[in-house]
Amino acid sequence: MFVPCDRGGGSASSDFKGFTLLVPAVSVGNVGQLATDLVISTLDMTKVGYFYTDCLVPMVGNNPYATAEENSVELSINAEVYSLPSKKLVALQIRSPFIKNKYRPFCQTLLSWVKSSKCARVILLSSSHAYQRDDEQLLGTPLRYLLTPDLEKAVGGLMQELNWKEMEKVAAYPGINDTEKVLHIPGGGITKLLFTESCSKGIQMAVLLKFCSEGDNIPDAFALVNYLNEWLQLIKSEVNTSSQWKTPSSWRLLFGNGLPPALF
Amino acid sequence: REIDVLWTLKSGASTESSADEPLGCSTFIVAIGHHAAAFLSSFILDSVCWEVVGVVKLWNEWCRTSNTTNVLPTDSFCLFYRLISDPTVLLCQCSCYVAEDQQFQWLEKVFGCMRKEGLQVTILSTCPVADYKTQESTLTLPSPFLKALKTKEFKEQVCCPLLEQPNIVRDLPAAVLSYCQVWQIPAVLYQCYTDVIKLDTVTIEAFKPLLSSKILKSLVKDASESTKILKKLLTTNETHSNIYI
Repeated sequence: MFVPCDRGGGSASSDFKGFTLLVPAVSVGNVGQLATDLVISTLDMTKVGYFYTDCLVPMVGNNPYATAEENSVELSINAEVYSLPSKKLVALQIRSPFIKNKYRPFCQTLLSWVKSSKCARVILLSSSHAYQRDDEQLLGTPLRYLLTPDLEKAVGGLMQELNWKEMEKVAAYPGINDTEKVLHIPGGGITKLLFTESCSKGIQMAVLLKFCSEGDNIPDAFALVNYLNEWLQLIKSEVNTSSQWKTPSSWRLLFGNGLPPALF
Repeated sequence: REIDVLWTLKSGASTESSADEPLGCSTFIVAIGHHAAAFLSSFILDSVCWEVVGVVKLWNEWCRTSNTTNVLPTDSFCLFYRLISDPTVLLCQCSCYVAEDQQFQWLEKVFGCMRKEGLQVTILSTCPVADYKTQESTLTLPSPFLKALKTKEFKEQVCCPLLEQPNIVRDLPAAVLSYCQVWQIPAVLYQCYTDVIKLDTVTIEAFKPLLSSKILKSLVKDASESTKILKKLLTTNETHSNIYI
């Protein structure tokens, strides 16, 4: 459930009517979450609430987007909501994996919150295993999109203009029967479930995903966030867009501590 | 995987939580893990000033809680004590591992029985120093050392430096602190990073700076008692480790 930070402020901070909601899927390489970190950090979004749930593994830490001593002591938990009213943007950042058997209840809670908060549309940032690509997918761009029918009506044309590639469907029974096609997003976590549920519930949802593998996924996060930027135009896209995104301070030491000098 | 929280209220009879009147609580001290539990046993708890008021029964792949209330810090148990002279001071020693699917249950069942107005929570726990992320190597760090995390509402002095990013806290200590942050309860977590896995006095004594904090200052018992208990802990522990003699 959504719990606003500021109780006294009334519904002002939790009024997301007409906003675009960014949600990452906990997926291969955590690319969606890294991309969301970049968006929140670069646009300096304000924390407006917590998503209090029993579906995610608990964790706490100090402010991951700290820029100075003063703002580094704000406690952060595993699922928090940030907003930027000037761009009508709200982001839910998820920082830990799902507890066993809890991903379905989480999807339901999330989608019912989307409906009750009256967000205009949801953009799900995700990724899929690169090794599952077929021959055609190995060539060209590793970025894909998906739109629910309700959002297709609104922005389908824009996707054509941007020359984006829609996520291909795969054969339901490969090798046996190639006519029946289904959506398959290996490594995408709850992506497929959220997408299919949104289709049936009439929610305007777009999925933006990148094919990648586990490893140093920072370049993948930059690629995904630039892809998002082509559509939403969150920051001015210049020639070298990578340098426009601000890496949060919590990305330090992603690959471990310093080495003991005695090692050499 | 169900957790049972049984409270022994004034009437003496054990009752299930929830239905009854919520406990008024001003101070709630939670010690998670063997070292933190041993610290409270040595420096705060005794059978004269504190009474057992509750117990948590649970089972998971790592442990099963013991059935008695006469426990050693090396056992797996989760007990609640109340200060007889001030029944709003509650203390919990939780030396059993609460699995990730049980942590939420623990929170709801324990905090569900408490009135949260005027509540302040202090959490003590330990964690391996190898988990500590820092620019230098962990080999050169003077462990054990204390780091703290506090919720927005906690305005008092903290007895040690705050835990810097990119370090995080997991498991039950994180669950309790998250709960306090979301529901605006002032709370502080003291995490001791140690390189010793078994119960040892050096790690237990690393929590000593907390004894001068506002919350614990009034609850500390006689120093000579503490050294006696610490010594006892050492000996009970070592009988298991004579395999290499």
